[in-house]
Amino acid sequence: MSYKVVHYINQFFANIGGEEMAHVAPELRDGAVGPGTALNAQWKGEAEIVKTIVCGDSYFAEHEKEAKEQVIAWVKAEKPDFFIAGPAFNAGRYGYACANVAIAVQELGIPVLTGMYVENPGADYKDKVMIVSTRDSAAGMRQAAPTMAKLAMKIMKGEKIGASVEEGYMNMGVRVNMFEEERGAKRAVDMLINKLNDKPFVTEYPMPSFDRVAPNKAVKDLSKATIALCTSGGIVPKGNPDHIESSSASHYGEYSIAGVQALDEAGWETAHGGYDPIYANANPNRVLPVDVLRDMEKEGLIGKLHDKFYTTVGNGTAVASAKKFAAEYAQKLVADGVDAVIMTST
Amino acid sequence: MKTLELGYIHIKDIIIGSESKIENGVLYVDEKAVRELILEDENLKDVHFDVAKPGESTRITPVKDVIEPRYKVEGPGGVFPGMINKVEAVGSGKTHVLKDMAVVTAGKIVGFQEGIIDMSGPGADYTPFSKTINLVMVCEPADFLLSKEADATLPIENEKKPEYEKAVRMAGLKLAAYLGELSKDMTPDETETFSTPNLKEGLEMYPDLPRVVYVAMLQTQGLLHDTYVYGVDAKRTLSTMMWPTEIMDGAIVSGNCVSACDKNPTYIHENNPVVHELFKQHGKTLNFVGVIITNENVYLADKQRSSDWAAKLCELLGVDGAIVTQEGFGNPDTDLIMNTKKIELKGVKTTIVTDEYAGQDGKSQSLADADPLADAVVTGGNANQVIILPKMDKVIGMLDYVDVIAGGHAGSLRADGTIEAEIQVITSATNEMGFNKLSAR
Repeated sequence: MSYKVVHYINQFFANIGGEEMAHVAPELRDGAVGPGTALNAQWKGEAEIVKTIVCGDSYFAEHEKEAKEQVIAWVKAEKPDFFIAGPAFNAGRYGYACANVAIAVQELGIPVLTGMYVENPGADYKDKVMIVSTRDSAAGMRQAAPTMAKLAMKIMKGEKIGASVEEGYMNMGVRVNMFEEERGAKRAVDMLINKLNDKPFVTEYPMPSFDRVAPNKAVKDLSKATIALCTSGGIVPKGNPDHIESSSASHYGEYSIAGVQALDEAGWETAHGGYDPIYANANPNRVLPVDVLRDMEKEGLIGKLHDKFYTTVGNGTAVASAKKFAAEYAQKLVADGVDAVIMTST
Repeated sequence: MKTLELGYIHIKDIIIGSESKIENGVLYVDEKAVRELILEDENLKDVHFDVAKPGESTRITPVKDVIEPRYKVEGPGGVFPGMINKVEAVGSGKTHVLKDMAVVTAGKIVGFQEGIIDMSGPGADYTPFSKTINLVMVCEPADFLLSKEADATLPIENEKKPEYEKAVRMAGLKLAAYLGELSKDMTPDETETFSTPNLKEGLEMYPDLPRVVYVAMLQTQGLLHDTYVYGVDAKRTLSTMMWPTEIMDGAIVSGNCVSACDKNPTYIHENNPVVHELFKQHGKTLNFVGVIITNENVYLADKQRSSDWAAKLCELLGVDGAIVTQEGFGNPDTDLIMNTKKIELKGVKTTIVTDEYAGQDGKSQSLADADPLADAVVTGGNANQVIILPKMDKVIGMLDYVDVIAGGHAGSLRADGTIEAEIQVITSATNEMGFNKLSAR
């Protein structure tokens, strides 16, 4: 039994015509058409394009909703194992249509793949749908067909998909480990030689644009403010009851310090695996300064120390996890009427 | 010109017995003699030796350091200067190296950051030390170091940890130096020579080649995160320069408990891959000027001072390019970016080597800091990737700490003996000096 594939192409690749025929409405044909035959040839019977959907690029751009609904209806009726759109190379509206049709089909739970040139506007969707990187013109079909066919087959068979550079798809914003041919030090020296000689080189990790958090407005009157303590320094009740990991924490803890005048060695410790815990364990206030805040409370410098604190381990913990924890407990802090937070790190 | 000849003696097997010698590629270890040597330190109560070979169903854990035995046969000084031998400057003459083997120190953990070496299975693909024959030394701390609390998460009394760490670190170096010395009168199987011209000679010899320096960042966050250079704790140093061959004589040794995957064990310092790769290109595509060492302290003022100095040394040397490598992650990422940015702003082109903590799903920012000037990055892979390690027939050391070491979690060690953890737990899996082929995209 071979896998059933539905293929989406535009009017040009279906040989209907160029720009002058871009207005044609979606049409369903049996079997493979145009580039589909190249894909079929690669699969050698293991998979086969059973239906081809042809749609004019202008039609899709002007009637996106209707076009997508029609495609979805045909795909649902066919129940394919896989859906391929394009490749669109550098045709802008075609690339946009391929990406959006593929995303719609993907939502049905059917695996999808498309392909286009990296500067095609449709490539903006590379985080949402797997897009094979192709050359900028249809002359690139000879390279694109085997890459797309091979990757599609791996997905259909449920095999492990390698990193983007190994498989030829555009990075989807997910870091995937892979083994290179050469060790890192050799790659670094080679990269530097290219950089020194003004030759092209490709970084293995493009620098992200960083989140910078603007500080909130100052608290005008601390003597009336409720202040909460939060920490990524891993202070937890002795024994770490919620098993917060020593590194790469998967959760945070919420603990009461109601009535606690200062943290002591008997009741508290750190779960953090990134520093020598001697000093934090001997006096946990060094990381979570409950003692000093209680003094300030007594002196009237602050209104009140909030009676709960939130804690996790910052050691190797993913930024996305940290963001998720804080987004959640920030709501609890707001609900409890906390005015300001002192966040301690280590 | 500073020249060091390394003489390689290949070790095919290690046999623990009653005599110490190297014969026909077999290293014989006199158990009684090495026990006595190690137990000279009152901080250690007992020590056990075992051998782990590539391909065996063997797991070594918790691993502290890995060391390659070396012996200085000619030229000033001795290996591991300032630690084992006197502080005389090394890096010239002749040094013997016992190849294809390593000394691995293991035992009850100091902190959380100690590793796992699997000699076979999927874990073996990630650690370079599944390819060496390992003489494993499992150290037992003296009773007075042990925690008095019955329910303590970690076995060693908090304030005794630095003493225990030092005892095990020194034990490893002592054993490596002892084994290296067995090659004293031998003729190496092969030799390799490394020469570095001084600045004047280099300019005359290679007037047309770009001049490149290696900036090695040493882990010095303190509190069990330390590196020693000629016996000096590197957190109390200013950025300075070395001949690349000094490193080959063990001038830099590890003394730290950073996550197993990206701490630089002494073995990798001795075999620093960036130094070796730069030597391969030296005189061909570039002129390898030397090594700048700089530290990774935790205070902002220290970070600023050290990165200023690293950049200033690049400027003073007038180099065209620099390779920057780091050790550890998170806090040191800021040092990495500071160094890179400042060096680039001096007009020196950089390439950096790091690893990543992109989350188990690979969707997070990989580094704790970033800058557009760091546009040439080599990565050792995402340390958060989860791996399942199969049960091994033999365990050298103990499985007691698998759940608590960095990269593990409650339940990492499963009832069937398999381990589910991040590759962070595997010794040198994502090495940041580019020792491995692992990468990520």
